[in-house]
Amino acid sequence: MYRKLIVGLAACLALSACGQKTEGKGGSTAPAGAQISGAGATFPAPLYAKWAEVQKADTGVALNYQAIGSGGGIKQIKAKTVAFGASDKPLKPDELAAEGLAQFPTVIGGVVPIVNLPGLQPSQLKLTGPVLADIFLGKVTKWNDPAIIALNAGVKLPNLPITVVHRADGSGTSFLFTSYLTAVAPQWASVGASDAVKWPTGQGGKGNDGVSGYVKQTPGAIGYVEYAFAKQNGLPHASLQNAAGQFVDPTADAFAAAASGADWSATPGFYLLLINQPGAGAWPITGATFILMHKQQADPATGKAVLGFFDRAYATGDAAASELAYVPLPATLKAQVRASWSAIVGPDGKPVYAPAAQ
Amino acid sequence: MTAAADVPSPAAASPPRSAFGAAFDKGFEILCFAAATFLLAALGGIVVSLAIGGWPAFQAFGLNFFVSAEWDPVQEIYGAAGAVTGTLVTAALALLFALPLSFGIAIFLVELCPPVLRRPIGTAVELLAGIPSIVYGMWGLFVFAPWFAKYIQMPIMMSAQPGSLWEKITAGVPNGAGILSASIILAIMILPFIAATLRELLLSIPAQVRESAYGLGSTTFEVVRKVSIPYVRTGAIGAVMLGLGRALGETMAVTFIIGNSHGFPTSIFASGSTIASTIANEFAEATEQLHSASLIALGLVLFVITFAVLALARLLIGRQANL
Repeated sequence: MYRKLIVGLAACLALSACGQKTEGKGGSTAPAGAQISGAGATFPAPLYAKWAEVQKADTGVALNYQAIGSGGGIKQIKAKTVAFGASDKPLKPDELAAEGLAQFPTVIGGVVPIVNLPGLQPSQLKLTGPVLADIFLGKVTKWNDPAIIALNAGVKLPNLPITVVHRADGSGTSFLFTSYLTAVAPQWASVGASDAVKWPTGQGGKGNDGVSGYVKQTPGAIGYVEYAFAKQNGLPHASLQNAAGQFVDPTADAFAAAASGADWSATPGFYLLLINQPGAGAWPITGATFILMHKQQADPATGKAVLGFFDRAYATGDAAASELAYVPLPATLKAQVRASWSAIVGPDGKPVYAPAAQ
Repeated sequence: MTAAADVPSPAAASPPRSAFGAAFDKGFEILCFAAATFLLAALGGIVVSLAIGGWPAFQAFGLNFFVSAEWDPVQEIYGAAGAVTGTLVTAALALLFALPLSFGIAIFLVELCPPVLRRPIGTAVELLAGIPSIVYGMWGLFVFAPWFAKYIQMPIMMSAQPGSLWEKITAGVPNGAGILSASIILAIMILPFIAATLRELLLSIPAQVRESAYGLGSTTFEVVRKVSIPYVRTGAIGAVMLGLGRALGETMAVTFIIGNSHGFPTSIFASGSTIASTIANEFAEATEQLHSASLIALGLVLFVITFAVLALARLLIGRQANL
């Protein structure tokens, strides 16, 4: 009996020792052969996986990224259980300061309204922000409402009730969409902007596929999904009026236009939603996805490995991003992000990573 | 512990055992005791951590948490009533649909089924129990919902008189997502559990009992109604409660098809939410402390509801056993 106990205890000790060993390996060794751990947003997860696959072959750095959602990513980085957190929703500068975190964007995406209107060509429908807000508030309830007809001269709109479909799960997509409605439509203030809100009307689908499923099955439905999802599935979208008064379609160029029009240098911690940006070709519901790291890195090697990973991704990963329907950051923004990394320091107060001159 | 104290007495009468055997026996006893108490400790730990995690929500909203159906993450106002109603309504409807079918399946398999068919049907029922929940959800959303909308929901909605009560009860978006479709999917999911347990129960009836009833000239229906079902009544209630417990906690399939809107469901085709679906939807992205506290508090409420159902089942079984 006691011998068994002792054997068991020894086994436990051996196991935990192994655990410690692997942990140490992840943290302290040089970037070559290192493992870095991250957790957070699901939206960029396919791209991070692709980047990791390429870099694993090139440099031997392995990325262990858990797509647990932006909220989970923020919690994990605050608890310091991962080397970096990832979030679709940027933290405000004061929150970053309170937690001692640094934040920078990696890629750009956006939100696209999708519709199911029998008898209409895909992308034939034009909408403005305030009308979109009225639809999602349940104030405009029919497709032949005068407000929609006024925007779509020459299009025959059916006398069909509008079914609103929104995300049921908390999501960066909802955050961006409601932030846009808050920015362009004063009447949306009663609902507000968040990754989950109290929707005044409509049905909730789980995930992008849940929303698109409901929209496809319901004539007269309108919903919203991520650009990458809409593009890959060829969903019929509505074009939106941007800040310059132009009606634009969601294309990679329109997202890039929104990103290049933004003034990132004036925003500490890159806290910027690319909502309703100026520029004739800019798509109005655009946003970046972000990485969160502690400014004080207890283990400089880990910090160095993480920043090295994203530096290489900026330098060589744009093609992979475009292929997966994400929009790469403009070169000027990348330079600004690289410059901001000097604030991430080790225990000796020196920056953990010096980006190579581009 | 009284049972444990009794153990040595028969041992004294039998030939003396080796010292190793006695020590091993003691160790075995400790191991079994540890296994049983570990489960209790885990259960207690879950309740305590749910209560601690949910405490901020109870503190902030008090009794309102249970009676309000308001769920507004932006204003940080949370109430459980909508989700609790959705949970109870879908579980009750699912049981209503599943119960007669399960009895039919079990009775057919035991009393009427030709031996050739007995195995295939029995296996099919068991296979149904093995399908993962997410598959039911996907199937429900992409296959069942459109079919349901076209052939059941639309005809019912169009047959309703404008302004009548029936129109109010059947109002909703005609795409097959809502309380009723979620209940039907749930019914399909709990059906195999109830049917398989009932079949085992019916098979456990001694052959003489049934044969005697037939010998007295009873028809099959009379045997089932007056002999078989009364014989297994206690166990049957347990089987039904097992199904109900599963229906209460089912998450993924319901999340896909219930339409996910907070608040009280207003009609059978309206969107709703259950406790489990709300937690699954929002927990990953809940960053505000009060939001996650409210979701954990919802978990505690579900725990209490499930516990109450099981306790009720115990009570009913106990009363039946005394009769």
